[in-house]
Amino acid sequence: MPINYYIFLSLALFAIGIVGVLTRRNAIIIFMCIELMLNAVNLLLVAFSKMHHLQLSGSNAVAGSEGQLFVFFIMVVAAAEVSVGLAIIVMLYRNVHSVDVNFLNRLKH
Amino acid sequence: MIALLLILVPLVTGFATFFLKNDRTARAWALFASVATLAVVITGLTICKNDASCLSYSANWMSLLNSSFTVKLDGMGQLLCLLNAVAYPIVMLATWKTSYKKAHNFYALMLLAQAGMMGVFLAMDALLFYFAWELALIPMYFLCSQWGGEKRIAVTFKFFVYTFLGSLLMLIGILFVYSHTPLQSFSIEQFYNAKLTVGEEQIVFWLMFVAFAIKMPIFPFHTWQPDTYEQSPTATTMILSGVMVKMGVFALLRWLLPVVPIAAFQWGDVVTSMAVIGMIYASLIAIRQDDLKRLVAYSSIAHIGLMAAAIFSENNSSVQGAMIQMFNHGINIIGLWIVVEIIERQFGTRKISDLGGLAQKAPAMAILLVIVALANIALPLTNAFPGEFLMFNGIFNSGVTQYSKLFTVLAGLSIILSAVYTLNMIRKVFYGNTNELTASAVDISLNEKIALAIIVGIICWFGICPQSLLNLANDTSNFILEKANVLPLLKK
Amino acid sequence: MENVLQIVYWIPLLPLIGFLINGLGRNYLSKGLTSIIGSGTILAAFAMSIWVFLHVKEGGGYVAHYFDFISVGKLVIPFEFKVDELSSLFLLIITGVGFLIHLYSTAYMHEEKPAHFARYFSYLNLFVFSMLLLVMGANFVIMFIGWEGVGLCSYLLIGYWFKNQEYNKAANKAFIMNRIGDLAFLIAIFWIISKLNTVSYDEVFTAASLAKFSATDLTAITLLLFVGATGKSAQIPLYTWLPDAMAGPTPVSALIHAATMVTAGIYMIARSNLLYSMAPFTMNLVAIIGLATALLAATIAMKQNDIKKVLAYSTVSQLGFMFLALGTGAYVAAVFHVMTHAFFKALLFLGSGSVIHAMGGDQDIRNMGGLSGKLKITFITFLIGCIAIAGIPPFSGFFSKDAILLSAYIKSPIFYGIALFTALLTAFYMFRLFFVSFTGTFRGTEEQKHHLHESPWAMTLPLIILAVLSIIGGFVGVPEVISHGGDKLTAFLSPVIPVHEGHEVSASTEYMLMGLSTGLVLVMIIAAWFIYRKYSAKENTGLAKVLEHKWYVDEFYEAIIVKPLHKLGGFLNNVIERSVVDGLVNGVGKAVNYGSRQLRLLQSGQVGSYVLLMVLSMVLIFVLQFFLRK
Repeated sequence: MPINYYIFLSLALFAIGIVGVLTRRNAIIIFMCIELMLNAVNLLLVAFSKMHHLQLSGSNAVAGSEGQLFVFFIMVVAAAEVSVGLAIIVMLYRNVHSVDVNFLNRLKH
Repeated sequence: MIALLLILVPLVTGFATFFLKNDRTARAWALFASVATLAVVITGLTICKNDASCLSYSANWMSLLNSSFTVKLDGMGQLLCLLNAVAYPIVMLATWKTSYKKAHNFYALMLLAQAGMMGVFLAMDALLFYFAWELALIPMYFLCSQWGGEKRIAVTFKFFVYTFLGSLLMLIGILFVYSHTPLQSFSIEQFYNAKLTVGEEQIVFWLMFVAFAIKMPIFPFHTWQPDTYEQSPTATTMILSGVMVKMGVFALLRWLLPVVPIAAFQWGDVVTSMAVIGMIYASLIAIRQDDLKRLVAYSSIAHIGLMAAAIFSENNSSVQGAMIQMFNHGINIIGLWIVVEIIERQFGTRKISDLGGLAQKAPAMAILLVIVALANIALPLTNAFPGEFLMFNGIFNSGVTQYSKLFTVLAGLSIILSAVYTLNMIRKVFYGNTNELTASAVDISLNEKIALAIIVGIICWFGICPQSLLNLANDTSNFILEKANVLPLLKK
Repeated sequence: MENVLQIVYWIPLLPLIGFLINGLGRNYLSKGLTSIIGSGTILAAFAMSIWVFLHVKEGGGYVAHYFDFISVGKLVIPFEFKVDELSSLFLLIITGVGFLIHLYSTAYMHEEKPAHFARYFSYLNLFVFSMLLLVMGANFVIMFIGWEGVGLCSYLLIGYWFKNQEYNKAANKAFIMNRIGDLAFLIAIFWIISKLNTVSYDEVFTAASLAKFSATDLTAITLLLFVGATGKSAQIPLYTWLPDAMAGPTPVSALIHAATMVTAGIYMIARSNLLYSMAPFTMNLVAIIGLATALLAATIAMKQNDIKKVLAYSTVSQLGFMFLALGTGAYVAAVFHVMTHAFFKALLFLGSGSVIHAMGGDQDIRNMGGLSGKLKITFITFLIGCIAIAGIPPFSGFFSKDAILLSAYIKSPIFYGIALFTALLTAFYMFRLFFVSFTGTFRGTEEQKHHLHESPWAMTLPLIILAVLSIIGGFVGVPEVISHGGDKLTAFLSPVIPVHEGHEVSASTEYMLMGLSTGLVLVMIIAAWFIYRKYSAKENTGLAKVLEHKWYVDEFYEAIIVKPLHKLGGFLNNVIERSVVDGLVNGVGKAVNYGSRQLRLLQSGQVGSYVLLMVLSMVLIFVLQFFLRK
């Protein structure tokens, strides 16, 4: 399958994620949108990795594996982020009984 | 070894002082520590005089960056370390009767500042120099902000930000030179051999010069100084004006002239003009001061301006004059501060117009002060005369500027003006009749008398035999001038 | 073998020891002991000076080298003393007159407390030390050390009674005006160093005679030295400190402000006569300034009522005469006049001190009169002093003044005319002073009249000795026309001051000049006798009032120098320093503060806006990168 499809798909996912983050106020949905963007990147990384591997496997058996390595990185970071982020959301909910991020502006003060 | 000890002794004793909870113990310990440092310096000047291995020390520090812990006690360093080491016992003695809150912290910070200044005077590695420069600054900040006068917070903030700004510029300058050294090293020899174009030299010159000019301070970078001197506790002011501002003058000689000789030559006239204007400016302002501390502060600006002008005249006479004057001015100004401190403690005021007639009540103080004040105006046979004579002579005979005669005459005006404000101060404070405030004045106590007598002794001794100081300064001066001599370069 | 004169360092060292003992032990020494130490050291120095003088007379001068004071690169300034004809003569004057004045002071200052008494003597000893350094130094730097040292002692002694702020102001004024001159002196030294890298007299003068200096250099150096001399020797424009300096105790006025310190400028120029002889422009200026000062001061002295002020202006005037002599090339005449002036002016000052002592501190001649009856010795000696200064043969003043007038005549008849006129004024005001205070009837209070008495021996003895010297002191310089070989001084000083074979005047002209001045002086004295024999004080008007107020020179200086500087200081302090320089520094801080307050508004706390900004900036970066890559 040509690489283009993967690119378009991940672009679409990423754009959805951005729009979601920008427009929604519910912290959980924003959170999910961020995950969506991360996964869009993951998808792209894997796709490119595979492409490179196919092109260069003759000379280098592990060519393109860096991309997949990074995916793992991102997944680990995302997992950490989820644990911290969800904890923040829980605390937010405890304080203001809502998960609307606009209530976070009181952190300014 | 001596050089290392000079840093270690105040550093270790300083940290130890933090743990002495008893004020009296802390004070005695601090005096002991400062005398120990003095003993080390004297050992260095006598026993180890000709033993190079004894005077220097080197150890690995940050080998990745090619920076090493290299310290060396050369001629100019000896002068300033001696000043630093002599100043501390005198200050401790003179302020023996002053009680500070949390005295152990006070003395600890004082000793740490001494260690920092020793580091500045000894460092032969740019990074170590920068490190020591900051190490000296930070205790001073705490000393002023914790034990200072009413407006201390605002004033010390200004002082700190101002000097710190200078330090950062200097750091940029150091890193810039570092990146152009042949071996990518911070050692001073490498700095002296850095390959800089003329344009790059000018950038480095201004980056570093501003830092040093703020520290000294010379006009127009001086406004932190009168405020800080006024608000700091007097013991701190003594160290600040007696020793610390000499760091700036010292750094000009060690880290500026030899590193960027061409830029120093090109900007010499501008810097000298600034210094000379500053001298007259500060002297005129000093005439109008009613606060003793501010008067001494402005007088100090005038004297430091002369040193800067002399250094940029780049000849043997002026540079050696500036070197010995660093020492002598430090001693003299501490003497003046001691008297200010005594007056302030006794009468609770520093306003000249509120005082008068002290000579009747406190003759010993009056005599000692008059001698110190005469040294401050560089009367012959006091220690300041040879220095000022050589500096003026150097400025007059400078080969690097065509305005040397003009500079000499203008700078010379400050000789007259200094007599005006100094004698007026003596007249208003010590002569005349006593008033309500001073009617019950008492003479100085024994510890102050000893401190001032030591100062007067130094004043007279080096006034009659300045050659012993000049001998110390001679080699370094020749070395620096050789490095700074750009005339053959320019002729090419 | 070492020259015996190597030990001349004891001459200044003795007064220094006296200074240290009296200064450090002022709380422990009795007055008697202080007097003995103070005067004894000077007497010993005087004895040594005689010994040195005799040696020099036999065997010529000698430079005694001790140690290197400053040695930097090629410049070496040794600490060395030079005793030759000129300095040994000055040594005699300084220690001799100095000793008499020390002796006089033991009685004059007797009412002071012991500690202050010792302080006084320590200052006096320090002064003699500095003055000796000044004349013995073998290079300009050592001379400068002494030069500033005597200025310091003058400052200390003028302000000796430090409770009086007026006196202290006078002391400050003296020091500061001297400093102006000192600055010029210093620059002259630097100029010499810049050409020769040495300051030793011998080397400088040798170089000068070998034409190592250009004409400009010579003129500049001599001019600067002369400016230095105008400060120390109270010439226009720096003379106003000297009359104010009379605030000091009278013996101080006699020693410092008449006999020795103020002649330092003359010594300096006489010492460097080689340089001056090669700088005709400076010479003319010296002569003109000297003449102008002599005239100006003499006119002021006509109308002063303070006995010491009259003498002070007379001193300024006589110093002007000495500069006139220097300027016309008659160096020996100047030195000669220094010597005779030291005798008769010290005598007059000490005599006035005796009068003031008798009057209980009153110095106003309007309150005196008829003192001749009660103060016999003072009266006679004062009269001798007046005759000597007026210049009547064979008193000492006649010979020295005649030599000066002669050299002025050779230079130009106009100079001679003005100088003669000044000399006549001198005779007039001195005898005005004399008649008003000593003849007529007593005009003071009853209490003062009761108090009148002759002074003790310690005060009258110096008066008598000085009176004798004032009479016979002139015989060392009898003009050649009167007695061949009579001018011993010129012959004695010839190694230092070469005799110039200038155009001589004929013997008859010389006699005529002498006769003219003597005759006119006598006329002036008689005129003074008629006018002031029965003096009664009245208000001055017109020119007399201007003279009484000293031509308003002090007020003029106050208005054009002191006040503007003071205002400038205030302006710099209040406006420039606070608003401009510090304002700039604080302005930077304020600008940063303001900027961050504005930037803070971006930090709204809305998560959405942050994210939007993030996205927008990312897009911006991408766009930029897209367009800029190439």
